[in-house]
Amino acid sequence: MNIFVCVSQVPDTATRIKPAADGKTIDKTDVNFILNPYDEIAVEQALRVKEAHGGEVTVISVGDDTVLNTIRKAIAMGADKAVHIKTQEEVDGISAARAVAEILKTANPDLVFTGKESVDSNSGQFATFLAALLDINVINVAVKFDLTGSHIRAEREIEGGKEVVETSLPAVVSCQKGLNEPRLPTLKGIMASKTKKPEEVAFSGGASWTAITELVKPPAKPAGKIVGADVSAVTALVDLLHNEAKVI
Amino acid sequence: MSSLLIVAEHRNGKLKKSSFEAISKGASVAKDLGLTAHVLLVGGNEVAGLTAEAANYGVSSILTVTDPKLSAYANRAFATAVSEVAKAKSATVILLSATALGRELGAFVSVKLDASLASDCTELHSAGGNLKVIRPVYTGKALSTVELKQPVKVITLRPNAFPAVSSPSSPSVEAVSVTFSDKDFACKVVDTITASGKLDVAEAEIVVSGGRSLGSAENFKILEDLAAVLGGAVGASRAAVDSGYRSHEDQVGQTGKVISPKLYIACGISGAIQHLAGMSSSKVIVAINKDKEAPIFQIADYGIVADLFEIVPALTEELKKRSH
Ligand SMILES: Cc1cc2nc3c(=O)[nH]c(=O)nc-3n(C[C@H](O)[C@H](O)[C@H](O)COP(=O)(O)OP(=O)(O)OC[C@H]3O[C@@H](n4cnc5c(N)ncnc54)[C@H](O)[C@@H]3O)c2cc1C
Repeated sequence: MNIFVCVSQVPDTATRIKPAADGKTIDKTDVNFILNPYDEIAVEQALRVKEAHGGEVTVISVGDDTVLNTIRKAIAMGADKAVHIKTQEEVDGISAARAVAEILKTANPDLVFTGKESVDSNSGQFATFLAALLDINVINVAVKFDLTGSHIRAEREIEGGKEVVETSLPAVVSCQKGLNEPRLPTLKGIMASKTKKPEEVAFSGGASWTAITELVKPPAKPAGKIVGADVSAVTALVDLLHNEAKVI
Repeated sequence: MSSLLIVAEHRNGKLKKSSFEAISKGASVAKDLGLTAHVLLVGGNEVAGLTAEAANYGVSSILTVTDPKLSAYANRAFATAVSEVAKAKSATVILLSATALGRELGAFVSVKLDASLASDCTELHSAGGNLKVIRPVYTGKALSTVELKQPVKVITLRPNAFPAVSSPSSPSVEAVSVTFSDKDFACKVVDTITASGKLDVAEAEIVVSGGRSLGSAENFKILEDLAAVLGGAVGASRAAVDSGYRSHEDQVGQTGKVISPKLYIACGISGAIQHLAGMSSSKVIVAINKDKEAPIFQIADYGIVADLFEIVPALTEELKKRSH
């Protein structure tokens, strides 16, 4: 089984986001970058498929040299090798997807795993972009994944429930929390992550189709009201929700 | 004549509320940009029964793509249907709801039509004929204005972020025929599992959420009761989900759902930055927490500093009393 996992790096979820001086990007000073939490689930799923069906897991990431940390984390979890598509520029989702699809076209993967979204851009579009560019199947927001031969039966999260989806290889699968519990890196993995050098590939993703022209903090909310400190506050609260906020 | 296409979504023979929101917004954007607005319905025979309802929100041109094989969702086939209709109608703006289905189709259609995509937008301005798209990034910790550079633009709208304005009209219905290949049906939904009648936190107008402090799955019953009188849904913090009190689909926050309900009631939730990321864009926030220093009070419009096990049942009773 030829398995790929797309990973990206994102600011640690505890980060307080500050717009940078250019007004378009974030101030990266003191920001700690981590492997996107959903991509961790994707790496885990790739490793589980390999353990059950044999094969090889390749991690792939787009970005400047700072993504090497993220790649190392995935290798430390157990991935066999890595491809680093190198670019200094900020590229948008479609352009990154084109660059990855370019590699995958020749690599002919059976399965490609991604996170359901990255917690920086929150677009949730990457898996579908890849599948559409490669003209293969895609399952988004998977919370259950079973592979028998080349047949996939998966469950994906939708509003208020789940859909059971059936398809066949090759396919792209975007992973949601609940699919698995990602393993911690092993000592052997950590050693491997120090010696295994990713294959470096030049970026060929073409033009971005979107650009962020402004990035601001959401408007601050005016200070709220403490309505009370015991049960007697309940009536006042209902009055406020009714007459002032007008939401009930 | 260029057009604006709104893809409406339906489940169990009914259009979704988020689709009414998209249609309303689409109608006003089309007017500002001088485009003809069409609503597109894709599906099996059930589609015929939806056209009247679809025309109630300001757009009277309804297009349908029907095929018995489309009665179950097949992502590639639906994407083909939307793209083919968009081409036939020279659509330059395509709107969908940022639901599981809408986000997936939006990305497909963007590739098929060489179109720019902005997903999960919370603001869309079109005054003066220029489109301005705003979407939250870093899970709500920042707002970005996105330039869509391609001539064709695909935009998905966050449920509850836009009002559905009723404006009934008599629909003109046009069936568009689309040719599908076998590949279009290579990935399909074979079954849907719904928690019976459960309202999703991402779609509910009112959400009552509980944290670790609830202490057990059974204790969430008091939140269920409150949500029931309000007609809302029950959400949870990650700590509550990780403790096994609620399932992950109810989680609100950076690694759960990002929601903008009309009213969010946080019960025994501290207000960690990852939780705030998921709900700070709620219109009105109520916090019930016994610690007056809890960060949740910093973004709450109304707070009660007290034990939730006393306040929540009392609140439910008060609301019940008033509904009579
Ligand atoms: C990568 C990552 C992703 C994360 N993603 C999310 C996410 O998506 N969503 C999320 O919610 N969290 C997320 N978190 C976790 C987050 O950091 C917090 O740990 C979590 O939100 C805390 O949940 P809580 O408020 O229920 O619990 P606590 O922080 O333990 O707070 C409990 C609160 O209940 C109050 N309380 C206790 N008893 C009562 C009572 N009887 N009556 C009234 N108040 C009472 C306490 O005063 C306290 O404020 C994430 C963390 C990480 C590292």
